[in-house]
Amino acid sequence: MTDITKNEKEAWSGGEKPFVASYGKLMMWFFLVSDALTFSGFLSAYGFMRFKYSHLWPVAEDVFTHFPFLKGDHPLLFVALMTFILIMSSVTMVLAVNAGNKNDKKGVTLWMLVTIIGGFAFLGSQAWEWGHFIHGDKGGIELPNHEIVHVVDEDEHFYSIYDLVGVDSYADDVNITIDDVKEALAQRPDLGIRLTDKSVVSDAAAQAYLNNAEVVLGANLIRNEYGHQLFANFFYFITGFHGFHVFSGVVILIVIFINVIKGTYERRGHYEMIEKVGLYWHFVDLVWVFVFTFFYLV
Amino acid sequence: MSEQTGTWWIWRVFWILLIVTAVEVILGIIKPAVLIDNSFLGTTLLNLIFIVLTIIKAAYIVMEFMHLGHEVKGLKLSILLPAVVLIPYLVFILLTEGHYIFGTL
Repeated sequence: MTDITKNEKEAWSGGEKPFVASYGKLMMWFFLVSDALTFSGFLSAYGFMRFKYSHLWPVAEDVFTHFPFLKGDHPLLFVALMTFILIMSSVTMVLAVNAGNKNDKKGVTLWMLVTIIGGFAFLGSQAWEWGHFIHGDKGGIELPNHEIVHVVDEDEHFYSIYDLVGVDSYADDVNITIDDVKEALAQRPDLGIRLTDKSVVSDAAAQAYLNNAEVVLGANLIRNEYGHQLFANFFYFITGFHGFHVFSGVVILIVIFINVIKGTYERRGHYEMIEKVGLYWHFVDLVWVFVFTFFYLV
Repeated sequence: MSEQTGTWWIWRVFWILLIVTAVEVILGIIKPAVLIDNSFLGTTLLNLIFIVLTIIKAAYIVMEFMHLGHEVKGLKLSILLPAVVLIPYLVFILLTEGHYIFGTL
């Protein structure tokens, strides 16, 4: 690169790269900046509503508790696995870029293929996570003032409404009414209802709270058994928008993978396209780092 | 832009990301009482640790994996400045306001 101040006339005739980066890479960077601001807008809006309704907001470790093939509660474990999958696919993406810089077609092919598999693994995990979130975990009770409360045991851990009334949560047409819950709760003096101010009521006081209440099973955009409705809405919107980015990333990776096999970049003499899709793929990982912290940890 | 040779630096970043994530998950599961009972800047020490660790991870991804740390200064600044100025500003305003209208409406 020549110094643009040294020879102004030559610089104005075009062809200079003040950032020593190609047009395509620069535009990818500027797109990613705007996308980063979009995501931070969503996550800040999430924070805004979380601060406003902090007393009604569910605790993540009561919501995301499942792990495939394991019984019982394992908070954070599955989302840690998802994070690992995404970090791993980021690493294989850098390895593909690295191979591309050496014009090593075999290396690029191998590492891109591994990255695509990682992308599909992440999408599959997210589908599993959504499936469990939609189906619900232990069930909630919506009071007439629309606050969500839960049945708890003596240690104040959530107790499953399905277990309380003795219904299999994966049976066809599960239908639990509030009268079923009241009746079952009357037989179980060890259980209580945890209110939104974290106090626990039992026996007659609990029965009084359940008058005109409703059972909520699962979560969607209208009802949410875990707590405040906006938690579910933000969860679907933000993880959905991120998942859509992952999906588009996988599609772009596949298109470029096909071009690598066809030898398009070998004929072109450089593998810069791998760097560009790599930037996008790392950005998806970057966003997930923040989603992971603000949805699952904080 | 400086070219790094070999792949050792990729695995170095991988181990850093993996260990930081593992620390986050372990802290999130055991939730040490001393970090929850003490707060600073309006949130618990545990949450502040999570946020600092997250920013460390983000810095490694952007600077090493996305190679921004090895680009020229002008490119670095034009990518980083909008993000590090606007995002904390927006977060500050929205969280302050959200806290202020807590329990209203």
